[in-house]
Amino acid sequence: MAESRPSPPLPREAGFFLLATAALGLAPFVPYLPWSLSLLAALLLLWRGVLVWRDAPPPARFTLLLAAALGIVLTVASYHTIFGKQAGLSLLSMLLPLKLLEARTRRDGRAALLLCCFLLTGQFLNAQSMAVAAFVLLCATAIVATSAKLEQPGQAPRGALRTALRLLGGAVPLMLLLFVLFPRINGPLWGMPLDAYAGSTGLSDSMRPGSISELIQSGEIAFRVEFEGTPPAPAQRYWRGPVLSEFDGQEWKVRESMLRRAPTYTVAGPAYRYSLTLEPHNRGWLLALDYPDSGAADALYGDDLVLLARRPVRNRVRYNLTSFPETPVGLQERENVLKAALRLPPASNPRTSALGAGLQAGNAEPAARVEAALRFMREARLAYTLSPPLLGQHPADEFLFDTKRGFCEHFAGSFVVLMRAAGVPARVVTGYQGGEFNPVDGTLVVRQSDAHAWAEVWLAGRGWQRVDPTAASFPRRIDEGIARALPEGEAMPIMLRQNFEFLRSLRYRWEAISNGWNQWVLGYNAQRQLDLMRSLGLPDADWRQLAGLLAACASAWLLWLGLRLWPRHARLDALDRCWRRLCRKLARQGVRHQPWEAPGDFARRAAAALPQHADTIIAIAEHYATLRYGPGVEKPATQLAALRAAVQQFRP
Amino acid sequence: MPAPQNAATDAILAQLGQVLLGKPQALRLALACLLGRGHLLIEDQPGVGKTTLAHALAVTLGLDFQRVQFTSDLLPADLIGVTIFDTAQQGFRFHPGPLFTQVLLADEINRSTPKTQSALLEAMEERQVSVDGKTHPLPEPFFVIATQNPSQQIGTFPLPESQLDRFLMRLSLGLPDAAAERELLAGRDRREILAGLPACISSAELQALQAQAATVHVSERILDYVQALLAKTRSLPEIAQGLSPRAGLGLLAAARAWALIAGRDHVRPEDVQAILPAVAGHRLNAADTRQGGEMLARRLIESVAVS
Repeated sequence: MAESRPSPPLPREAGFFLLATAALGLAPFVPYLPWSLSLLAALLLLWRGVLVWRDAPPPARFTLLLAAALGIVLTVASYHTIFGKQAGLSLLSMLLPLKLLEARTRRDGRAALLLCCFLLTGQFLNAQSMAVAAFVLLCATAIVATSAKLEQPGQAPRGALRTALRLLGGAVPLMLLLFVLFPRINGPLWGMPLDAYAGSTGLSDSMRPGSISELIQSGEIAFRVEFEGTPPAPAQRYWRGPVLSEFDGQEWKVRESMLRRAPTYTVAGPAYRYSLTLEPHNRGWLLALDYPDSGAADALYGDDLVLLARRPVRNRVRYNLTSFPETPVGLQERENVLKAALRLPPASNPRTSALGAGLQAGNAEPAARVEAALRFMREARLAYTLSPPLLGQHPADEFLFDTKRGFCEHFAGSFVVLMRAAGVPARVVTGYQGGEFNPVDGTLVVRQSDAHAWAEVWLAGRGWQRVDPTAASFPRRIDEGIARALPEGEAMPIMLRQNFEFLRSLRYRWEAISNGWNQWVLGYNAQRQLDLMRSLGLPDADWRQLAGLLAACASAWLLWLGLRLWPRHARLDALDRCWRRLCRKLARQGVRHQPWEAPGDFARRAAAALPQHADTIIAIAEHYATLRYGPGVEKPATQLAALRAAVQQFRP
Repeated sequence: MPAPQNAATDAILAQLGQVLLGKPQALRLALACLLGRGHLLIEDQPGVGKTTLAHALAVTLGLDFQRVQFTSDLLPADLIGVTIFDTAQQGFRFHPGPLFTQVLLADEINRSTPKTQSALLEAMEERQVSVDGKTHPLPEPFFVIATQNPSQQIGTFPLPESQLDRFLMRLSLGLPDAAAERELLAGRDRREILAGLPACISSAELQALQAQAATVHVSERILDYVQALLAKTRSLPEIAQGLSPRAGLGLLAAARAWALIAGRDHVRPEDVQAILPAVAGHRLNAADTRQGGEMLARRLIESVAVS
């Protein structure tokens, strides 16, 4: 019984190893934990460190229970539950220092290491980037090294590390095999708790002055696009997001729209094929170049021309689309949609309304009113700035007539108000404009900082037409990016600045690598696996073939490892085999070789027992010993052959 | 195939054999100890030829010889020498003691105080002595044969393990067999024979032999074997304390010398096995004190497979 023998005590040095490994494993959780829990975990680790330093026994059970209760109370206070991802992880982060604190024996050390392993996988619940993977590998090395130190306390730290690296090195091929060949299942095996998606950045379903200029402060990537063939010109790259039709005088909101399985329009004109990898943003819309053809997988087409996913985008998704920018859309728009696109709250923005009424009176043609409005905005000398002044009750009025400083949402919002006042159906479209080609891997990278708002007007016979009042006033915004459009000296997010070429090229490289990581590691799904197998010559690999291939490769690797690790003295060389053969021949005559007997001594004993063969036996033994222990002879192969022949011919 | 021979060492052994009768194995080991640049401890009762062996070795190898009888009042200065004021030269002059010789027979080393013992053992290790801040190198080669009597331990200072470790080998001559004893009794006086012995080789030739012994090839297999032996001493339950790495080096040095005497340019397992009892015997502490070191060494050999 294992219980009858107490586990040996935890060696002091291994105690420090454990402490360091635990600290390393807990460090990545600090940004995700409430500060009180981080502090508690740090204090517990510190306490443990002091105890190990002083060779003091662990604290009393009651104290430990108190600390555990405190941890649970703090968790509940922060999350109001002990379930779910964050609460669960913070409980685990508390358990590890507590387990360490009560560790006395080697067995406790092993338990703590298992907890470390558990936390290791927990890191991936928070983030799955390449840096996290590298850190997890580092932690795994530390865990295995600590384990080696725990089992062999006499080992030097360097030796423990070498053991860990060798063990992990042997495991790497297995890991790769499992990753590539393990049959992939479509869809996740388990769901993440809902709190896992809090805090994603992206467009929202409403817009008020300032919301987009806030968003563009973030350099985070919104999505990446790979075009097949020539990409559209920068001025053509309008990526449509939520369309905002409802206006309450302050805020623009999305209007409920009908969702269909196929678009209502018929595509026409030049086409662009691309695949888009969208970062999770926790909302339903799938960003697309205007206007996507039918056939987008698992997507719905809204009648405001937006492409929507069936579920909020909570994981990185990749979809293939074909877009036709010159498709006429909304030729036969429904009455209620147009009515909504004309609606203005009463008594808001009176000056703009008056201006709109004037435009309507002066121009019979709606198209002419659009032109006139754009001309007005150009001539109003509006300034494009990231830090517009705060606006009050009538934002369009104040922007157009007083402050005259604003960002794209001011331009688009005010323009739509003006159009509606002039009797032209209009709405705000938010999304992204432009994007930047990464010279390293050639993908178009669109960031949150490319977020944009523009307008759409409906003209009879022409349908919905895109009008970008920002572009009309500041063409450089669209052709050359925000940085050019902003006036000199304006404070800007660092990565948008032009004079950080070195940083930008570094960032290009890094993003190209992490795109590869996203596509090939995180995005390695059943489809990719199938494609890979096809290119390896397995046209329709089902899970049985994959499992068979996996088993075969894994056992080949394990076999090779096993052969490598076979005890060295058990490997016989040709010389040994000759000697064994002689020993067998003599054993049949009753002269048995003892394992500890030196060749010369054995030969003399055998010669005494078999005097008629004495000379032969002595000669063979001498020959063998010279080859075996001598300082290297000339023509070893010939010598060996001669020995083999001598043993062969020896017939006692 | 005739067994290879080493002419020089064979001649030495033959001449030694004329003086010390019936002890070829002990003579061979003593020579191997000398060629391996180690010191020899002989543990035996009086009158079995310890002094004769030391003297014969010195004469045969053409070396100076000094004999010191260790007593409880022997002081380090009696051994090393003293610095005396020389009236003729008006200065202090160092008068070397009996230590300054090539072969020193330290008789009954366990009768002297630890102070004197350690002075000798230090000189053995360093091959030089420091007196009044001046370092005096000892002659080359420098070879100590110490004897001690194991049976009468009253009033003695037995050498501690750390001091025993300084001796490469410990031998017991043992009583001669009947035929050898008969020859001894019938023959001439040993002292007379010793006086007429010629030197077989010069001191320079001896040093060349020592250098040659150090170059004898040791293959990986032999290193494996020696390591396995060392490891076994640390795990056998009969042994309280295993062999040190220094003992391992001693094993190799002695095995090399043994192989040289056998006329080979490489070490074989039988060489290691031949010298193991003499080299390891006094270093192995038996858990059960009734078991002798040599018996343990035999047991050790039989529990490690030859590689």
